[in-house]
Order: sequence, then structure tokens, then C-alpha cells
Amino acid sequence: MSSGAGARVCLQVDGQAVEVPAGANVAAAVALVTPWFRRSTSGARRGPLCGMGVCFECRVRIDETLHQRACMVLARTGMRVRTDE
Amino acid sequence: MTSFDLIVVGAGIVGAACADAAAASGLRVAVIEQAGIGGGATAAAMGHLVALDEDPAELALAHYSQQLWDEFVELPAAQFQRCGTLWVARDERECESIGAKIARLRGAGIAASAVDAAELHRLEPALAPGLAGGVRVPGDAVVYPPNVARFLVERARARGAQLYAGRRACMLDAGSVVLDDQTRLSGPALIATGCALPELLPMLPMRARKGHLVITERYVDFVRHQIVELGYADSAHGAQRSSVAFNVQPRSTGQVLIGSSREFDSATPEVSMPMVQRMLARAFDFLPGLRSMQALRIWTGFRPTSIDGKPYLGPVPDQRDLWVAAGHEGLGITTALGSARLLVDQLLGRRCAIDPTPYLPARALPRVSA
Amino acid sequence: MNERADAQRYDVLVCGAGPAGLAAAQAAASGGARVGLIEAQASAGGQIWRRDLGRGEARIAARLIGRALRMHRVTFLSQSQVVAAGGDELLLEQAQGALRLRFGKLVIATGARELLLPFPGWTLPGVTGAGGLQALVKQAWPIAGKRVVVAGSGPLLLAAAASLRSHGAHVLGIHEQAPSRRVLGLAARLPGWPAHALQAISLRAALAGVPYRCGEFVVAAHGDDRLRAVEIHSPAGMRRLDCDHLAVGYGLVPNVELAQLLGCRLEAAARHQRVVTDDAQRTSLENVYAAGEVCGIGGCAAARSEGRIAGLAAAGLLDASRAQHARRRRARRFAELLESCFELDERIRLLAKPDTVICRCEDVTMAALEGYADARAAKLATRCGMGACQGRICGATLAELGRFALGSARPPLFPARLSSLSDPCTAINP
Repeated sequence: MSSGAGARVCLQVDGQAVEVPAGANVAAAVALVTPWFRRSTSGARRGPLCGMGVCFECRVRIDETLHQRACMVLARTGMRVRTDE
Repeated sequence: MTSFDLIVVGAGIVGAACADAAAASGLRVAVIEQAGIGGGATAAAMGHLVALDEDPAELALAHYSQQLWDEFVELPAAQFQRCGTLWVARDERECESIGAKIARLRGAGIAASAVDAAELHRLEPALAPGLAGGVRVPGDAVVYPPNVARFLVERARARGAQLYAGRRACMLDAGSVVLDDQTRLSGPALIATGCALPELLPMLPMRARKGHLVITERYVDFVRHQIVELGYADSAHGAQRSSVAFNVQPRSTGQVLIGSSREFDSATPEVSMPMVQRMLARAFDFLPGLRSMQALRIWTGFRPTSIDGKPYLGPVPDQRDLWVAAGHEGLGITTALGSARLLVDQLLGRRCAIDPTPYLPARALPRVSA
Repeated sequence: MNERADAQRYDVLVCGAGPAGLAAAQAAASGGARVGLIEAQASAGGQIWRRDLGRGEARIAARLIGRALRMHRVTFLSQSQVVAAGGDELLLEQAQGALRLRFGKLVIATGARELLLPFPGWTLPGVTGAGGLQALVKQAWPIAGKRVVVAGSGPLLLAAAASLRSHGAHVLGIHEQAPSRRVLGLAARLPGWPAHALQAISLRAALAGVPYRCGEFVVAAHGDDRLRAVEIHSPAGMRRLDCDHLAVGYGLVPNVELAQLLGCRLEAAARHQRVVTDDAQRTSLENVYAAGEVCGIGGCAAARSEGRIAGLAAAGLLDASRAQHARRRRARRFAELLESCFELDERIRLLAKPDTVICRCEDVTMAALEGYADARAAKLATRCGMGACQGRICGATLAELGRFALGSARPPLFPARLSSLSDPCTAINP
């Protein structure tokens, strides 16, 4: 992973292409597309709360894997992120 | 001194069902529970209502009880799901037992059909390739036991039953029960305290058989049936110190509940990672997709295990007005309702729906020759 | 846990690479120990020294992190989450597999999390912790041009607000619940702690033009499916503010779960719990030390001192660690000052209404929790605490509200892949 100034990462969120700086987490990429990360058990829309991997409100699907905390995963080029799964 | 027609000690699913059945028969009932209603093994259980067919007495009780469970299909607290059980054979050798299993189930009036390898994978695409076949029992179901226990106690109370919550029965004294706050209740006592039975009835052999369960995050439609390996009975009825058997359940939340393990000789509720590892390794053989799924919680529970794995249901020998309903091993949820009826029928001298002889507590006590 | 030949052994394992963990790792390594420094995040620094992508690291943080990580006896195990522990072993889950590690000594430096309390509307997207939003923004969350209300309690509000502003947020105001006489009283005593005084002055400068109001707290967040406005109680009456983000936090709660699982003794810390340690930062377990916020909220200076003491003690250099005792005492005294200044207004504990969600993972409302005598009964009946956060958020809430006591910790400490829990030395796809 390049850590040079200006290095960018290109990924997809809900089918939309977004770009974030290298070192950004997936939550930042999602926030560029939507405030809604997931639905609660009764269907209410939710977004990140704690920002540090404790609350699990920022769970999204990344590539084939469900239930990933967006705030704890670094954004990488080519990732396909889906919210609301 | 307060007097009752029946004093039920212990409000797990079995005690709760007995209190409910007794109150429904017009008896004045007391219920004594020192911790929470629906705690103990009831809270730890899978909640699988299953026709276990290896032992004819067990099968008769399970079937009788399953029919009684139908009353709760629509009860929201029960979270009743008729998902059925899919018994799975790993190889041709295990398939050989399928014919006899189906015959036993059908003989007891339970619908069961053989499933070949292709059908097995059509029913449950997540199953590992190469499994030889199995048996489908569509009438089996899953419930949420703690809430049913609460419901049963509340229903008994609506009929006048008295709940002594947070109280412990310390002493049984010819026709009365003394609580830890010195309250004395008079009347016939029914001990339904599961693994704690020896505290009040030390003459009846009881062992605690520890089990582990793992529950995952939500993976809706990963499996649809409760899926159990055909070799499960070897673990349940076997006498090994420790064993595991594949047993997986879809919950109504979409989570997957994974079991099963059995150990004697472990008295603490601590999770044993080596046992969990064995249990999971077994589960991966049948459902390889589990590997990448996330576990949220692991817990343990203790199955009350009698001298022969069948519950004690009936009068305590050589005692007046002392009854027992305990020792259901891994079938406590399934057989709770049937157990309660058998117990109350015996209490009232009514004819039992099934033969109560295999469960009589006297079987566990040495005969004194005349 | 099983004794297996394939578990990697370290003289000292340090769990957590925040200020306490980094200090411990460096100190232990300087004493000759082979150290494994375990961190769930991708980078070291914990929360307070989290690297800010937009601005680069605080110089002191960068220096201290670099110093610790460059030591050849320190192996930095990043993106590694401890999911189980027992005896002298830890089970770590990593991105692509799991790892079993054995230790001679363990230093628990798992830090603290923000105390997040419920109020009507707190589950709306756009409502985050104060430290929470700061953490997100440091990792590129788009905040430029957004209207942010910062509220809650404690010095963290100022640091968070300054951070947000430096990333282009319109910080509409900072609403501190402590009454102004207490905050002014604290300010008057700051000259006794020059480093803190300097920090306060520089934060005040960074926040020029941003109202800082005392005796105020958020009573509700409004919006349809996202935050649109907040309602603030002030001494002068209720006020409604339109905004895009509400960053609200009420202080910190020690992350005691690993210590609890291992069997370390805990004690009450306000309405929460912290790990008990002796003068050498040793817990009630012979081979286990603890340092920093997990031992009670004490701030960065206390964490660094305690980490150093724990690391030296773990490496058998107890005498050398005594040099840190004075600094630790002073740091903890300042923490006590903070604690009394920012004590919570009782009304904040009463904001949740019957239909306010308490357990966010399972959508359990306050009303649903009525009438249960203890946590276990409530959990069984309502599912409160059975979700992915494993009761961390709702557990801290209920403790703060004076309801149920914490339960015991069981593995997995965090949600973990089944493959990690079964055969840790193989990758997910063997």
C-alpha cells in the first residue's frame, strides 16, 4: 500500500465509484455515498456511532464477506462495498 | 402455615410445565424458584423439539409431548418455528441405519422420509458435498424456552398459583417444604430442580453433563432445517467422558446456533476452548461455509442426567407426598409438557396417556430384599 | 487452553498499542524482553494518538510510536484482535487467519471507550460519539462544510471540536453539561499542571469563535431517517439547532473485558469497573499487568507512566520502574480533578423515554426492560445484550443509569470467525 502524499484508493460503494486517500477506512468511503450503513433488527436506518470498532453500527458487506466494521477496515483499491445487507 | 395441593420446587421449563398442568387441573399450586424463571438448563438449551427415536420409551414421551407443544404454535413468546429436522448420514454405512430409523418413527406415528444425496443437497445447499443421504422429519420444531417457561408460570398464576420468587427450598419435612426465609409450606412437593436435584433428593443419581453452544451473526437462509448427524445418539446415549456431535439450528433471527458437546467431569460453567474446537471442527465437516461466518457468543449449559438418561417422573419411593420431575438430559424442552401431564396424572390417580413405568424413580434405587 | 507446540511465545505480550501499550513495549524491550505488541487497528496510537490522515501525526505521538516500533525486540502485530485468552495464551484473529500466542508476562493496555448515553433520537444516522466523530474524521470521513454540534462532557469535547474544525467542519458550538462554576474552578487550577494549561490555551485558540457553553446538554435529536436538528437544554431554556452531525460523548469507560476473561480482579470505578493493580501495575494474576485507562480513566500522562512501570516490571526491572511513581501520582491526581469537575448531571441519566432504544443491536427499548430484577433475566427475555457489540454499549449505559450489573466475560471477546475459534493455525481457506 502506498503511503506517499496524495496516494488515492478507488473502490465501489453500492455500485458507485468513490475515491479516498490511502489510509482512509471504509466508513469514509461509504460516507461519500450515503449516511446509511445498515438497518437495525426492526428496519431503522443506522450509521456509525463510536468510530472505534465497539458499537458495530457501521457493519457493511465488503466483497464476499458480511458484517465487517467499516470503521476498522482500511479502504483498498477494488473493494466492492454494499450497505444495507 | 400455608397449604397447597402441590408445591413445585424449581421453575425451569419442567417445573413451569408441571405448575401449569397442576393449576389447569384445579390444584392449588405453589412455585418456588430461587433465581430466574426459565433459567438453568432451560436458558442454555437449543429449544429443539425433536423426536429422538433410539429408545422406545424416550420416543413415546417425545411424541406425546410434541403433540402437546402444538398448543403453542401461535404463541408469540414461544417463537415457534416448524423447521423440521434433517438427519444426515456421512457415508453408505450410516445410511444403512436409515430404514430402521424411519420404521421406528413411523411406528410411533411420526412422519419421516428417506432423503437421498441429491435431495439432501437440494434441501440444504450449504451441506458439504459427498454426504450420502438422510432422513427428513418435518414435524420437528424450534422454540425459545425461557419465554415459554415464563408464560407457563404466568398462566398458572392466573389460575391462582403462588410464586415464591427468589426463595430457595431448604428442607423437605414430612408433608411440608421449608424455605430459606423460614416460611413453611405444607402439601405434596414436586422437585423439578434439574442438576440440583441431589440437594433435596440425594438418593436419586444425578450427573451434570456439560454442553457448549456457539451462536453466529445473522446469515439468513444459510440453513432451513435443524440439521443433526445420524451419529448424534451415540454421543447422547453413550457413556464417554466427552464427545461431540454435529447439531445446527436456524434461529428466527437468522442466526445459526451450533452444537453439540457433552462432558461429564466439568463442574464449572467456563467455556472450554478445546471442546469448542472439537465441536466446530465436526460442524465444518458438514457445513464448510461455517468457517468464514462470525460467532457472537459461546455459552455452556448442564444437562441433568439421570441413572439411565431418562427423566425421573413420579413418586419418590418410600416417601409420602414427595414427587420428582427431573433428569431429562438433552430432551428437557421437548418432553417438558408430556412430563408434566404424566406427573399430574399420577398425582391425581388418573390414567396416563403413555406408560409411565420407564420413568418411575424407583428404578434408580436398589431393591431391598424382603 | 491447549498447550500446543505451534503457539508462538513472547517474553512479554502487550495488548493495545495506545500510549500505555507503546510505553510498556518500549520499556520491556529496553529491559531485554522479546515483546509482541498487539493492536486491533491498522496503526499504533490507540485513540488519543490516532494518526490524522489530513494533518499528519502530532509530533510527540509520531516520535513515541516510532521509537517503540523501531526497537528490534518489538514485533508489532497490527490488525490483530484478541478473541480468547486463558492461562498463558492469547488467541488473535487477523485479517486472513488466526494466531495463538503464549506469554511469559502480559500487559493489558486495552484502553477505554466512550460512554454513550441514550436520549430520544440518538440512533439517527449522524449522531456519533465526540471522540467517535474525531476518530472517523481523522480517517477521512467527509466533514468539510458540515454543521456539527459537539456536546456531552469532559476535555475530550474540546480536542474533538478542534480536530473537526481543522478538517473544515462548521462547529456550531460545544455544550458541556458541567456547570460553569466547576469548569472555571478547574481552569483556575490549571497553572498547577503546566502541560495541561498549555494544551487548554492552544485548544482555546484553535476554537476561537466557537461558543463553549456550560450547564447545557442535548435532550433529543430530531430527523426522519437521519439527523436534522438537536434540542439543547440550557439554563436559559430549550434551544433547537439545525445540524448535520451531533458529536456527543460523556466521558470514558475502561475496556476491562480481556482482564475479566482472564480472571483479574476488578473494582468499581464510578458506575463502571476498572482493573485492580498494585504499585508495580500488576493485577491479581501473577503474570498479568495492566496500565493506562483500563486501570481507571487517567489520561495520557498517567497511561505513559503506568505503561513504562508495567513494561519495566514485566521485564524484571522493578527498581527502575520506581522512578515513574511520582509522575504517575501526579497524573492520577489531575485525573481525579477532572472526574469531580465533569461529574454527570443526574438529568442526563433520565433522558431516555420508554420508546427510546437502549440495546441498539437488538432494538430493545427502555420500556421493554422494565420489571427485570437482573441483567440475565432481562437478557433472556428481551435479547438485550445478545447482539454484535456483546453488551458493550448497552451494558455501559445500563451501568451508568444505575440498572443491572455487568455480567461475566466469555470468549469470543469480539465477534470472531468460526475458523479462528476452531483451528487457529490454519488460514480461512486451507
